[in-house]
Order: sequence, then structure tokens, then C-alpha cells
Amino acid sequence: MKKNLVPLVLLALLAVFPLVVKDNYYRHLMILFLMWVVIGSAWNLIAGYTGQVSFGDAAFFGSGAYAAGLLSHHFGISAWWGLALGGVAAVAVGLPFGWICFRMRGAYFALATLALNEVLRHSAAIAEGFTGGMVGILIMPSFVSKVPYYYVALALAAASMASIRWIVHAKPGYYFVSIREDQDAAESLGINTHFYKMLSLAVAAFWTGVAGSLYMNYMGFIDPDVVFSLHDISIMAILVGIVGGVGTVYGPMVGAFVMVTVQELFRSGFFGLFAFLGRATGSSAVEAVAKTITGAHVLGFGILVVVVILVLPNGIVGDWRKIRNAFSWTKTAT
Amino acid sequence: MAFFRVEELVKYFGGLAAVNGVSFDVKQGEILGLIGPNGSGKTTTFNMISAYHRPTSGRVIFKGQEIHRLPTHKICRLGIGRTFQVVKPLGRMSVLDNVIAAAYSRVNTHAEAQALALETIGFCGMTPVKDQLAKSLPIAGRKRLEIARAMATKPELLLLDETAAGLNPTELIEAIDLIRKIRDNGTTIIIIEHIMHVIMTISDRIHAINFGQTIAEGTPKEVAANQAVIEAYLGTDYA
Repeated sequence: MKKNLVPLVLLALLAVFPLVVKDNYYRHLMILFLMWVVIGSAWNLIAGYTGQVSFGDAAFFGSGAYAAGLLSHHFGISAWWGLALGGVAAVAVGLPFGWICFRMRGAYFALATLALNEVLRHSAAIAEGFTGGMVGILIMPSFVSKVPYYYVALALAAASMASIRWIVHAKPGYYFVSIREDQDAAESLGINTHFYKMLSLAVAAFWTGVAGSLYMNYMGFIDPDVVFSLHDISIMAILVGIVGGVGTVYGPMVGAFVMVTVQELFRSGFFGLFAFLGRATGSSAVEAVAKTITGAHVLGFGILVVVVILVLPNGIVGDWRKIRNAFSWTKTAT
Repeated sequence: MAFFRVEELVKYFGGLAAVNGVSFDVKQGEILGLIGPNGSGKTTTFNMISAYHRPTSGRVIFKGQEIHRLPTHKICRLGIGRTFQVVKPLGRMSVLDNVIAAAYSRVNTHAEAQALALETIGFCGMTPVKDQLAKSLPIAGRKRLEIARAMATKPELLLLDETAAGLNPTELIEAIDLIRKIRDNGTTIIIIEHIMHVIMTISDRIHAINFGQTIAEGTPKEVAANQAVIEAYLGTDYA
């Protein structure tokens, strides 16, 4: 049972977090973090375990968000139903796509996911009568407090990680990794590679869609550029997976934490550090930096990815032993 | 009814006939050697049997069932295992996990798959390296892993594609022993091999092809003495 100790303690800590921390700003960041745990875990299943790299996670995220939003907007159904239906909608997008596009391998499949992302983004923008087009969808949030959203996000993060952990340690998990390592060999071992790729995509799309409808509920507003965003959703999902550790169960969690932190550091101008320095020194150069740094998170991502790929090619969790050794080495040396 | 039979198999790649009308039978429990010079169509024949290529024409019949229209994974489940000439280890998985993935074709729970995999690994003499990553194995280990993986799918017919190529003399003897052991355990084998010592020692019958066509069939002794075979391997001067 020792194996389950760390995740259970972590879950307990996360469960008491909103009781201890009353600041809405940090609660908001934690909700984002938990949402990215769901998305990152899902991306990791299809790309990390099954080896079918997706550049278009926003397609599933946006489908889930729009499913929840449209149900509420057109039919007055509570967007909370979207949590389940958003996942189903994303699967409904993913399965026909996979059926057609899993004939392609490697980079060609990745490009197809990118295309799916763009097709849906433009469709959502063009179909104004149905989706509201670029005006987007606005729904009334169900709660003023962030606490209910936090617990919903926590439940989804825990459920997505538990389900994916269960899958990858069972028969499908072995099949997914076999497909990643060598699809022809996998076929010769009696693995229906097309079916198992579809299965992996369906699970990944489901959880990404659920995360999308959580976003709709929580933010109360979506438009095509936000939820079908290539760099804020699709690329971010890839970064969460790579930074945390591709093909590890807990990697996406670590990756989500790092990425949300980095994003927020830049967005807030390092928590006002540069603005403060600018005022303190009166230097116009520092003030200019303070103004532009808030929009530079993508630059930060780029640098981070380069560093991670160079130093920790298997991500933080995948290269954990390497990190530990590096630190124990400095300790013994001094 | 023959246990396994290919009938008039033909495969064209564009205008090139890689295999052009090969037919043979395999009896249950025997080892059939498939020989021929480079490019004569041996591996293409295997690829048609295991459905990596669709035959241009001809039939493959296993235990009375036509199988040449089935997909690869179904052929495995019917009981035809294969190894690859250019080995395809699942590199970033341990040897044990490689074999477990194969064992899942016959069982569904992890405990059963692990038990079957461990048994197969023991049978193939890979127990000492079972926790190594497949990509860390030397070529002899990789070839053996190909066999172990195929055996974990419990094949009735095993297609071995040059499993002895690149092995040193000691490893060769071990490989021959393993192949015999597999046959004695009740698995029928078709083997492609260039090392004459191996093919002549273990084959019950040999089927020789050249330019995609059958040139001889018989016991190892008959085939070794056959004019067309000598011609194909050594040239007309020696025939």
C-alpha cells in the first residue's frame, strides 16, 4: 500500500487547501492547475503512452466547452450537465477523426490533429447563428465562491488520473506502449492497433472535453479564439506533458504545476517585481520590460522547453532519479 | 486437409514480381526450411502469410480456413506467430513487458499475462535478462526476444525469419537447440535461413525458391544435390 501513500497524502492536502487558503487569487490558480492536470493526463495518454502525438487538444477542449455552453445557451440546461456531455461531445468529434486519420502515422497524424483544431475554431467562428460566432457564449456562473469549482476540479483531476493510471497498468496500457514502440511488431502480437489507438483517443478526448466544460462553467465565457486556441490550449497541453514527463502517470501533474506557475509569473510580471523595480529605479528600460513581460509567457515557455529537452529529455518525473542524483552530488561534494 | 498451405502465391510490387506462383504444404509438427538467394521472395512470402502484404493473387490456407484476406492481428490470434528479420524490439519496454504485451493476446488479466510471459521467458532461456530494457539487448538477445514474444502468443505455426543471422557459433548452437525445443513442444515451424549449417540440420523438408518461383523441394539432402539449387547459389559454372 506504500505505493498509494504519496497520491493519497497529496489528495488530502489538496482537499484541505481551500479551507486553509482563503485568497481567491491562489484558489483561482489552483483551479487552473487542476484543470491542466486533467488535460495534461489526457494528452499524455494518447501522445505519451500511445505515441500518437496530438497538436490539436484544443479541438476536444473546445468541443467540451461549446457542448456545455450551447446546452445552456439554447436549451437552458444547466452547464453542469456539460461535464459529462462535454466529454461525450469530444469523443463524438474524436472517433470519426481517429477512424479516418489513424491511417496516418507519426508527424502526419500530428498535422491532422492540428488541422482538426483549426477546422473547429473556424467553424465555431463562422456558425454565428448557432455558436454566437466571435461574440462567444456568456452564461451565468452557478456559484460566486470559488470553492465549489475547486472541488469539482479536484474531483475531475483525481478521477482522470486514477482512470488513466488504471488503464495504463492493465492490458490496454501494454498495448498502447507497444503501439508507440513499434506498430508493426504490435500487429504481429495480435494487437488490433487501429482499435486500440481509437480507444486511447476516446479516453483522452473524453477527459479533455470534460476539462473544457469545466472551463465553460468556471469562466462563464468562451469564444472560439479562447477555447480552440492553438498556443494557449493545444501547445500548453503538449508542454504540460513534456515538462512533467511523457509516458509517466504523475508527470502531467508536475508539468501542470510548473506550467501554470510559469504562465502566471509572466502574466503578473513576476508578481509585480518588474513594475516595482521600474518605480524604484525610475529607469525607463525596466519600465518598458515591466510592460512587455506580461505578454511574454510564450517566450518563457519556449525557453523552458529548450531547457527541459536539453537537460531532462524524459521530463521532471521521467528523469527524477537524475535530478535527485544531481542534488545529492552537490551535497557530498561540499 | 493440409495443416497449412499456400497456393500459387503471387505478389507484384509495381511491375516487379517479387513472388510469382509459390505453392507449398506444411505438415503439422514439421520444420520446413525456406531457402533462396537474396531477393528471391522469402520474406515477401512471410509478409503475405502474416498479412503485412496482400497477395496479388493466390491463397493461404490454415487448418482449412482461407486467411489471406484477414488483418495481421487476426492471423496472430488464429495461431500463426512470426519473428522479423530486421528485429523490432519494443525498445523502451523491459524484456518481460515485451513478452507480457504478447501474452495478452491469449489472456486478459495481468496476473495470467505475467505468468504466461515468465513461463515463455524461462522456456526461451531469457530469465537472466528479463528486467533489461529491450533496446539494451545485443543482437542475439534481440533475436531471442523476437522468438519469446512470438511464442507468448501460443502459435501453432511459427514463422522464423533469419533468427540465426548475425549470431556467433555458440549462439548458433543455442538457437538451433531452442528451435528444436519449440518444435518438440508441438509448434510447427517454417524457417527462413541463409546459414546452410542451420537449415540443413534442423529442417525436415526444404523448399527452395529463386526469382519468386519454386526451384526445388525435398529433404535437405535432395535439395543440396539439386542442380537448380546449386545453379542459383553458385552460378552455372558449378552446376
